[in-house]
Amino acid sequence: MYQDLKFAASDGVCAGLSPVSGALFKKFCPRFIDGFAVTIELLVLSSILGFLLAVSLVLGRMSGRAVLSWPANVLVYCFRGTPLLVQLWIVYFGIGSFGADGLGALWVFFKNPWAVGLLVLVLNTSAYVSEILRGGLVNLDKGQMEAAQSVGMSWLTAMRRIMLPQAIRIAWPAYGNELVLLMKGSALISTITVLDLMGQTRTVFARNFDLNTYLYAAVFYLILAGIITVFVSVVQRNFSKSRLS
Amino acid sequence: MKKTLMGASLAVLAMATTSQAQDVLRIATEGAYPPFNNVTADGELVGFDVDIAKALCAAMERECEIVAQDWDGIIPGLVNNKYDAIVASMSITQERLEAINFTAPYYSNYLSVLGKEGSDLTLEGLGDVAIGAQRSTVGSQWAEDEYGSRADVRLYDTNPAAVSDLEAGRIEAIVMDFLPAAEVLNTTSGLGYIEAKIDINDQIGIGIRKGDDELTDAFNAALETIRADGTYEAISVAYFGTDIY
Repeated sequence: MYQDLKFAASDGVCAGLSPVSGALFKKFCPRFIDGFAVTIELLVLSSILGFLLAVSLVLGRMSGRAVLSWPANVLVYCFRGTPLLVQLWIVYFGIGSFGADGLGALWVFFKNPWAVGLLVLVLNTSAYVSEILRGGLVNLDKGQMEAAQSVGMSWLTAMRRIMLPQAIRIAWPAYGNELVLLMKGSALISTITVLDLMGQTRTVFARNFDLNTYLYAAVFYLILAGIITVFVSVVQRNFSKSRLS
Repeated sequence: MKKTLMGASLAVLAMATTSQAQDVLRIATEGAYPPFNNVTADGELVGFDVDIAKALCAAMERECEIVAQDWDGIIPGLVNNKYDAIVASMSITQERLEAINFTAPYYSNYLSVLGKEGSDLTLEGLGDVAIGAQRSTVGSQWAEDEYGSRADVRLYDTNPAAVSDLEAGRIEAIVMDFLPAAEVLNTTSGLGYIEAKIDINDQIGIGIRKGDDELTDAFNAALETIRADGTYEAISVAYFGTDIY
């Protein structure tokens, strides 16, 4: 149902673009738009889920309790220290090779390349974002935490209301950078059969061997990078406004 | 704008084509397509294609260097002069003929559809389930043409990756060339034919850069030589027990 809706939408977009598109693009337009939609979908979901996980990770890492900070540190170290491609293949082909018998109910999840791609993107980006947030937090004056706790706030409340909002402001430009890197990294999920923008582009290229196919893909990625850049700077501007008031 | 970009990329291509070693003939094969071409544990290229290429070089009395190249970059690599010929069981298709030339065919290919042993799928039912194929092959194009570009056709970078997903149960069937399919059944348990032989009138040729007609003629002459003196038949029998010409 949702899938049909997406297909109908991209057919509509292609019908709209058709007067201005060249022969190559016209022929394969629905593939490009289908892929673009999958890339946007994965990017929105993985950045939101990744951010939430990153906040949990950074709280764990800063908590000062080994039972929380150790697992968080190990996860961040592993996902920052290995290539995204390796992570994708280990999770998709490696864990996937256990099949329905080995994974039981989890197989419903691991069977689906889109879900595996999303999981790895979320874990990967959360590792980087937690490091970015940690950078913001350690730059804050420790006295703020002490002051907050001395007026009766718990450590978690102080983090939530005093420390993290400031850390996010400090870290925002670096976070915007990570969003663009995430977008570029997402192209790798085409290697686990997800037909994202890159996957569709490679499929189109396989049918015409025209290198301009990749130029079209580049234009779509640039459009996406433009949207991310605008989003990041609009949020940034709102930060400065609320700081003045 | 489009013209400028194309011009720039052509200029880069032109620079790449200026230096060409005349004495050593560079031949590309995939190296992930047993029993036609494969890489052994010690990194040596072996297989029917490799032996045929060596026999052709001997017949042409030329020194050859055989290199492995990933499948979906194998035509761009030829066009960009990274090597001079492709001996990689490549089907002669209209779409490829727009990018490169082919020699006379050196064997005929059919498609097979593999599934889990005892699977009750038929060709008619494949459009409703997840099926796999290697990207940029006649198998993937056949599936796309037969079941529509939005059918759940998962495209893999190599056939072994598709086979591992069939074994795991992520996909229900694989469309692949018939001799490698027979090899898969020989080396893997638990799989069987859904359809053993589909005739799509498929001829396998050697890919040559457009304009390199001298080399095309040389390969065609060499092909006739090894057909006439029994070298071809000996190689074919060694691999398949029969002459597949």
